[in-house]
Amino acid sequence: MASAVPAVSMVGITKRFPGVIANDQVDFEAASGEVHALLGENGAGKTTLSHILTGLYRADEGTISLHGKPVAFTSPREAIDNGVGMVHQQFRLVSRFTVAENLMLGDRRGAGRHFRIDPGAVDTQVRDLGERYSLGVDPRARIWQLSVGEQQRVEILKALYQEARVLILDEPTAVLTPREADLLFATLRQIAGEGRTVIFISHKLHEVMAVSDRVTVLRAGKALATVQTTDATAQSLATLMVGRDIKPVTREGQARPDSPPVLEVEDLWAEGDRGITAVKGVSLTVRAGEIAAVAGVSGNGQRELAEAITGLRPYTKGSIRVKGKPVRAGDARSAFEAGVGYVPEDRLGTGVAPSLSIAMNLALKSFRNNCRGPFLRLGPMRTNAEHEISTFEIKASGPDQQTDYLSGGNLQKVVIAREFSASPSVLVAGSPTRGLDVSAVEQVHSFLLRAAENGTAVLLISEDLDEILALHDRIFVMYEGGLSEMPPGASVDEIGLRMAGQAAGAPPA
Amino acid sequence: MRFTFERRLRQPGWLSLAVPVASVLFAFFVAGIVLLATGHNPLSTYRQLFDAAFLQTGSLNQTLIVATPLAFTGLAAAAAFRMKLFNIGAEGQMYIGAITGAAAGLYLGGNGGSSAFVIAAMVVMGCLGGTAWALIPGVLRAFCKTNEILTSLLLNYVAGLLLTYLIFQSQSYWRETKGFNASVFPTGKELPPSAVWPGWTIHVQGGITLPLGAGFAVAAAVVLWVLYKRTRFGFEAQVLGDSDRAARYSGVRVRRKILAVMALSGAIAGLGGASQVGDFAHSVDGDPNGLQKLGYGYTGIVIAALARYNPYAVVLVAFLMGGLENAGNTLQGANFPAGLVGVIQGIILFSALGGEVLIRHRVRIVRTKRGVAATEPGPAA
Repeated sequence: MASAVPAVSMVGITKRFPGVIANDQVDFEAASGEVHALLGENGAGKTTLSHILTGLYRADEGTISLHGKPVAFTSPREAIDNGVGMVHQQFRLVSRFTVAENLMLGDRRGAGRHFRIDPGAVDTQVRDLGERYSLGVDPRARIWQLSVGEQQRVEILKALYQEARVLILDEPTAVLTPREADLLFATLRQIAGEGRTVIFISHKLHEVMAVSDRVTVLRAGKALATVQTTDATAQSLATLMVGRDIKPVTREGQARPDSPPVLEVEDLWAEGDRGITAVKGVSLTVRAGEIAAVAGVSGNGQRELAEAITGLRPYTKGSIRVKGKPVRAGDARSAFEAGVGYVPEDRLGTGVAPSLSIAMNLALKSFRNNCRGPFLRLGPMRTNAEHEISTFEIKASGPDQQTDYLSGGNLQKVVIAREFSASPSVLVAGSPTRGLDVSAVEQVHSFLLRAAENGTAVLLISEDLDEILALHDRIFVMYEGGLSEMPPGASVDEIGLRMAGQAAGAPPA
Repeated sequence: MRFTFERRLRQPGWLSLAVPVASVLFAFFVAGIVLLATGHNPLSTYRQLFDAAFLQTGSLNQTLIVATPLAFTGLAAAAAFRMKLFNIGAEGQMYIGAITGAAAGLYLGGNGGSSAFVIAAMVVMGCLGGTAWALIPGVLRAFCKTNEILTSLLLNYVAGLLLTYLIFQSQSYWRETKGFNASVFPTGKELPPSAVWPGWTIHVQGGITLPLGAGFAVAAAVVLWVLYKRTRFGFEAQVLGDSDRAARYSGVRVRRKILAVMALSGAIAGLGGASQVGDFAHSVDGDPNGLQKLGYGYTGIVIAALARYNPYAVVLVAFLMGGLENAGNTLQGANFPAGLVGVIQGIILFSALGGEVLIRHRVRIVRTKRGVAATEPGPAA
């Protein structure tokens, strides 16, 4: 399997950013014909390393060679010309272009080289590639019409079309249902089977165990070890990745039919940003002290549902009641005054005003009650901020620090501190642990559990099934704007099928 | 060896002062090279410039005449730009403020009102005129999401044409229709004495008159600072200026806020217009080559940018820019390079905007050898 000359060899790679060493003397090797997993927590330096390999960043130190030939890419263009392709977490597709047009974009070998573009030729190529790797997608479809899973296929097709011999995928399963993920793994195995190299970046152990031949574990910017996957266990990899034994938060989930209902949503309809109906007749009741967990692939209306409940998005039909009192459509202030707290999915743009101070962000909702006439009471605002920084263990230089200088976990703690200190009766949390490292995840989970213990009705929306399984009292699945409840004790497979719209057995088109 | 820009983890306070000052010095340095190349002595030219702006008898009076309207338009721009509302329309809002302010002065002053009352009415009417004009792009932005840069800019031309129409192309209330001069060349009606704004004279340099408008400008700067730094209104404005979504999330009524800030910005510009009439012109200047050629509204934007939207700094920068413009006017001709003031202003703006990058980032020299560059300690990302 591994040939004498490694397909990718990175030696002594160091990359510094202000205040952090993202990669510290990292050695990494991947052979032709293997699926090589790059495992590590968020912030361990996986993405940085792959960006160095694809020419987006330049290493401060270290050397890279491909198939034994030293290279020094100064742009992604050079990386592509040398057969290195990458599927980023955020897709790099032109949403108004068709699939074929996106493939032609930046193509300097085939159809894209000519002044007059012949889409027909590319169409057939797309179909051939799609058939060969079971990545079927209509070449004439426009990107915005495609589901996220299909867009990912386009990204992979693009790399194959550019004749990538090294294909890097950054957290590719984050946007997929479990079944779609399995199909992707089969495709990756096939690509590797042709003698290409697949580098699979993930922090999910079971995926790494399922798909890879070898694993390199990164922690805090350092490459700790490269092992054969067959020699490793999920537990051994976890210990390597985190540096200590992890004790995931678990909880005996139970429905609480006797608690008073706090959040009552009835036949709710709301539109998405494009004006297309995104929430279709959702009804749900969350009782005091209960955690209702909503699973689903992102983009199925979860964000719109959360925003409608929290007043950020007007709903077109239906009703929302908090403790029996109706909440006005599209009025965030009346929602939070009614006791609805919100930890938004987009924490940097929505959850905080990034360039304002931590003190101001902690007072983002309460400043109106902390005033003398029209004047702010800056003293109490500051004291309160200092208090919350210490209670929620926010690592910051002080209340005046600009908020976007905080790390992801600390930023999330600012949001949580603010929302919790208002003692909400309903708490809506959208992907509250996305992008956080393991210890921050533990803390956020324990905050959520504490909120539920104190009688808050928690609506947890997440794409991470492990998180949902660990915290839920009841599980819901959101698919194409509709919400349905899973029976108690449903298995991961059953949830996965529901996430794919119950299209059991058939591959999603 | 290469240079890299790194984002600063902390922005030291002194930098936001040092960078603009250095930008100004840099601009004079570059302009000095231009002067040398064209055979002038930079040092003596700058000396001449400085004398004409601040030292010669009567020069400060002239400087204040230019600096006062610049302070108003600069504050108007700063008030809106802080919230990322790009009101380019201070120019037009100032014309409208001049028209409405003059109407109050002509009408009430002509009917024998007391001077304090007439002036107060002019101030209020000037503010209202500017506000009304600014609310046109404000309403369009808040309710139709129309780009306020375009609408406010285009309304400047409408306001300018209106100004010309009132004096040149109609027998309006603002136009002087009696007397020999009026029959030769159209002019605005002179304000009655009770509507003329008083000045406060200091007896140095042959008497310097501080116009009342300059006092209002300083007062407006104080009000703006308190409003933005110390009040609920300012808190919401800061959040909205930083992130639209965070503002909605924190319960800011976004439309109302846009209207309020546009109204505030327009009011300041309109007050500048009233001051223009009450302090200096004493009549509405409809000449297309008069007030409209001075471009106070546009220079105000430059001033606001140089002052980094800090109201106190706006007043200071307006004073310095006023001096520069005044000196340019005084020294024109003779053997003084005519375009110099424009060149210096341009370079100052470029270097100040370019200097922004140094406030947010630091330059690091990276040697390709290993283990040389140290990193600044800071929180792990």
